[in-house]
Parts: sequence; structure tokens; C-alpha cells
Amino acid sequence: MSSLLITGATLADGTHADLAVVDGLFVDPAEAPQGATRIDADGLLALPGLVDSHTHLREPGREDAETIASGTLAAARGGYTCVHAMANTDPVTDTAEAAEFVADLGRRQGHCEVRPVGAITKGLAGEELAELGLMAKSSAGVRVFSDDGRCVSDPLLMRRALTYVLPFDGVIAQHNQDARLAGPGACAHESELSGRLGLGGWPAVAESIIVARDVQLAELCKSRLHVCHVSTAESVEVIRWAKKRGIRVTAEATPHHLLLDTSLLEHYDTTFKVNPPLRTNEHIEAVREALADGTIDMVGTDHAPHAPQDKDHPFDVALPGMLGLEQALGVVMDVMINTGRMDWATLVQRMSVAPAAYGRVASQGRPIAVGEPANLVLVDPSARGVVDRAQGASIAKNNPYHGRNLPDPVIATVWAGRVTYQRGT
Amino acid sequence: MKGLLSAADLNAHEIESILDVAEEMHTIQQRPVKKLPALRGRTIVNLFFEDSTRTRTSFEIAGKWLSADTINVSAKGSSVSKGESMRDTMMTLDSMGVDAFVIRHSSSGAVAQAASWVKAQCINAGDGQHEHPTQALLDAFAMRQHFRTLGEGGSFAGKRIAIVGDLLHSRVVRSNVLLQRTLGGKVTLVAPPTLLPMGVDTWGCEVSSDFDAVLDEADIVMMLRVQRERMSGGFFPTAREYAASYGLTEERFARLSPTVGICHPGPMNRGVEISSAAADAINSLVLDQVSAGVAVRMSVLYHLLGGADEEGQL
Repeated sequence: MSSLLITGATLADGTHADLAVVDGLFVDPAEAPQGATRIDADGLLALPGLVDSHTHLREPGREDAETIASGTLAAARGGYTCVHAMANTDPVTDTAEAAEFVADLGRRQGHCEVRPVGAITKGLAGEELAELGLMAKSSAGVRVFSDDGRCVSDPLLMRRALTYVLPFDGVIAQHNQDARLAGPGACAHESELSGRLGLGGWPAVAESIIVARDVQLAELCKSRLHVCHVSTAESVEVIRWAKKRGIRVTAEATPHHLLLDTSLLEHYDTTFKVNPPLRTNEHIEAVREALADGTIDMVGTDHAPHAPQDKDHPFDVALPGMLGLEQALGVVMDVMINTGRMDWATLVQRMSVAPAAYGRVASQGRPIAVGEPANLVLVDPSARGVVDRAQGASIAKNNPYHGRNLPDPVIATVWAGRVTYQRGT
Repeated sequence: MKGLLSAADLNAHEIESILDVAEEMHTIQQRPVKKLPALRGRTIVNLFFEDSTRTRTSFEIAGKWLSADTINVSAKGSSVSKGESMRDTMMTLDSMGVDAFVIRHSSSGAVAQAASWVKAQCINAGDGQHEHPTQALLDAFAMRQHFRTLGEGGSFAGKRIAIVGDLLHSRVVRSNVLLQRTLGGKVTLVAPPTLLPMGVDTWGCEVSSDFDAVLDEADIVMMLRVQRERMSGGFFPTAREYAASYGLTEERFARLSPTVGICHPGPMNRGVEISSAAADAINSLVLDQVSAGVAVRMSVLYHLLGGADEEGQL
């Protein structure tokens, strides 16, 4: 197997080191073989490979929007060495066989580790539990279960799911959307703007009401709950309260909810249609603060590729979702690091350690140290650029950052000792 | 400026010009032979993604009387179900050499999106719960005529216009508020709180749930249709209760000065938001609004497609 020698890198704690990789593990640089591929990392930060808690890869079913190959290449270009592939594919990942199909395809074609997420309910219908135990026991080793895209509305079914996954240490990841308060027509944050544009309002409380219900169910069941894509100040308050009580809850924030606001909907550009919707500054500030203080544990991209024929429709009809993998680190840097809200060590917690622990991914989120799996990303903290959606690796081009000047930090990504992306090559 | 997407696109001068030309068109409407050659050779597609008898007919007649070739396309049913995106639908028709699209769509913003995809001019004939600018223009036309009948000038400055009904789901109210913001009319919105749009307090109008108090001050009362299915949506309990608080009932009509103009964009729910006594009254402008619709739409088409300015500027 190939070997690497990375020289002059700076670690998240500020120390400098040469890093050597042999057979997928970090080794003492003194033991690096003569023929090792050298990467000059002078002036670059070496961080553990990023882990995404929330990715839509669209394969099987919508290979015209994204495949496991194209989506994981986007992940590698964004500094990721592991993604959690959401279950809302066609067919839905609601059986052991379906989960193994995704995991196998990841092993064969992936540019990073692909951890399948299993559906909570059969066909995401919200009625009967999917085969959670068989998915957990399968070779895919599923630990994260989610009907993401749809909320498990039935509180009793939610309680059963939380209870059922206890023996195999599963976690139930909820898409928080009260189906009555934010129904099918809800497509814009309920605000002065939605009223003026005549778009169906998606009120903030439709999210926090479900979060408040579910953290109490998690407490009752002593089980693990994960709050997907936190977008409101009220949800943050509920999670803060739950954590103080010792409830086993984790939460994620998306790059777009950290940066983009509802005013982008002014001209009905469906690129900015996402679920939950882009919010207002008070919510954005609360989400940023929560990510800084750890109330929100991790960044999950909710990378959601959509083909143009699913976006080029009236706003209320177009599918919700936007890309995120390639720009996530740049967005988090600009919002959290460059503003002094967060240091690099905390960023590593939020973008690598916490999402790996959440998904029980043993090989990821590990320190950069001798004997550890060689997953890392080399970062140039000063590089910036204007995002061009045409340059993205994803098949779909619904990139909400197109035309924005953002940090463009990823110089190279190494997954299990293999260079999966290197700038300029 | 290209096309007409929002009532906010028009300045006071443009509105006045549209209404003045509409008056000339209105006199032509009374002639036995109504045809003008102004838009000969121009092609207008009435593209209705949502059914509408009155607006479509009104636009069709307007185009025909100006000698344009008007074609009606019913594109009802979402193009999603046909497997074609709205963008493809628009670009396909645009490629045929259309000069203007008159578009009605059940989705807010759909006309603005369409305009961004085509070369032809686009006229918003109602988009979802967003806007219906030609309705606001024809309302203004009928109101102005009414003021003149009373021996007043045609100015809206200081005129008190009450708009009453389902404001949440109404595109008519948004366009009227925007148009009157430019014309200087004082709009008061009246509705049960469940039928008020979010952020209505930022629209620069008075907002009230006391119809009787507002009625005593009004120069114009515009009643909006309240759909019966809103009851099942929990917006109000019964038609009876709605009418008692927010309807222009016979009792309220009896208190009204005959100088107050009564408007309704139609179709009317007699007995719910408006009593027959009010709808058929001498000071009811309901049929004047319909008749103004053709004249105003002729004027809008003429401003966009005819005249000396080849750029289609209003």
C-alpha cells in the first residue's frame, strides 16, 4: 500500500509536525519509507478528516442528481472522509439489504467512507417501524436511523423507535416539522417577507414544538435523540434545557442555516428553497452561538442535490434542498473562525469528532497521532475564492453559494491513507 | 421596465397614463365597431396555469379589440405531473416568437420566474396569493370614475378605502395596497385576525377588526371573496358568524351613504361577504369594475406592445 510523508504541517493545537502514513495508519515519520509520496504542508493546517452527519447521495434512484461516486468526490473536495448517507433514496434504505447495497457501493466507488442511515419507518411512511435491528446487525452496521425529509409525527411511534434501538446503541435522528403548523404548502420562513411574497409560511414554532416533544420522549426512554438541521432560536433553547437535564440529545446545524437568510427568497429563486427554510438573523445568531458553546454538537451539511427539472418550477412546487459538502468548511470558517467565535480545536470537535461519535464510526474523528487511522484534511486558512457552481463535483448544480466569495481552504484530503483529493492534481 | 409583474413597478405618472388611455379605450368599448389596429401583427399568449373565466376573457377581448393575435393556452395541472419543468414550458412557447405572455398561475412568484426565463414581455394576471396588478388598476379606474360622478376630481389623495375579507389568501389586496401607496389613497384592511397576512403591520395601512367603525369613515368599501373552504381550515367558525362581523349585510348597507362606492373583484358570495342589497345597489361598482377590466387591459397591452416606444416601456 502507498505511503505518504506530509512535512511541516500545523496541528489544530498550534504545534508543528511531520506526518507519515503507511498502510492507512499514521506512523513515526522516522519510519517513513524512502519512496513515500511527499506533500509539502508548510503553512497548512492538518485536521482530522471531516465527518458529515447528514448527506443525501441520491443513489439508488436519482443518479441524474448525484451518485455515491460524485457525492463522495464532492465530500473529498470539501475535506470529508466520512458521510452519513440519508435513507430517502429510491428504494428507501429501510432493510438490511438496502443498507448493505449503499455501504458496498461506498466501499467500491466512494471517495470517502459511506455510512448508511436507515429509515425509522417502512418507506418513510411514518406508520410502521422499519427493520431497525436487522439493519444494525447487517454488514453495514447501521447505528443512525432517520426519516429525514419527513417528520415522525406520531409521538407513540417515536417513543417506540427510541426504545427499540436501545440494545444496539442506535440513535433516532428526527426531521423536526409539525405537519399541521408547517404543512405541504409551507415553503418560506413565516415572516413579513413570506406574507408579502404570498408564500406559505413555515413558522419557527413548527420546529421547536417537535424538538420539545422529542427531548422529553428521549428522557422517558433514556435513549439517544439527534435533532437534525436546527434552524431556530427556540429549538436551541429547548436543546440547551434538555442537555442541562442530562437528556441524551445531540444536534446539528447546517452551513446554510449558519450563513444564509430568508431575504434571499425575494426573487423566488428556488436554489434557496430548503427545508427547514432559511430564517432571519435572530435565528441565525442563535444557531451560531449554540454551535460555539456546544449546545449544537456538530455541523451536518444536509447536502441535497436536485436536478434542474426538479428545481425549475414555481417556488411552492420546486423540491427543497441545496448543496453543501464542498463549501461547508469554508462557510464554518467564515462564520465561526474568522469572527473569533470558535478556535480550530473546537471546529475539529464539531466537524469531525462529534459526528463520528454520534454515528459510532470507530475509524473517524480520531486524533492525528501515531497508530491512528490516517484520515486528514490539509487546510490553507488564508485561501479564498468565488464559488462557481459549474466547478462542483456534484452532478446537480443547486449550489446556494454560487458567486459568493468564501474561504476555499481544502488543499488535500486523505482517507484511510489514500489521497482522495489534492488541489491542482 | 419589461412587462407588468407587480403594482409596485408603476410610478404615479405611469398609472395615470394607463388610466387615461383606458378611458379612451372605454369610449371605444361603447361603439358598435370596437376594433383598433394598434397591435396588428403582435402575438399575445394568454397562458393560464389556473382557471379563470373572467380575467382570461377580459384579456382575450382586450387583445382582440387591439387587433393582436391572441391565443389561449390552458396549462392547468402542474407541469411536474407531465414531467416538464415550468422553465421548459415557458422557453418552448417563447421560441415560437410570442410578443407577450399574460400569465395566471396558482403559485406565488411564478410569473416573475417565468419573466426571467423568456424574451417576451410578461403580464401578471394573478400569481398565487401574491399579486394581481391589472385588477388593482381596474379597481382604481372604477373608483376614479366614481369620484368624478360625485363631482370630485380624479385624485386618490386622502381617499379612504376599506378592503375587507380574506386578506391572507388574496392577491388582489397586495396589488391594491401597493397601487394606493403610489396613488395616495388611505387603505384600511379589515379581517378576522386569522385571515391577516404575516407582517401586515409593515404594509403602511391601517388594520382593524372593527368593520363598523371603519365603515363610518370610508369613501370606498371593497369586499373580498371568502371561500367557504376556509371554514374547514379553522379560519372562522361559520359563514353566519363571518357575515355578522365582516359582511356587508343589509343592515350595514342601510347605514352607508350612497356616495360610498362598493367594490368586489368577484366572484361574489352573496349572503356571506356581501348582501344582494349592497351588490346590486346604485352605488355598487361591481359591474363597472368588470367593464373597466377590458379597457384597462387594452391600455396595459397598448402601453407594453404599442405606441412609439419600441422598447415596450410604459
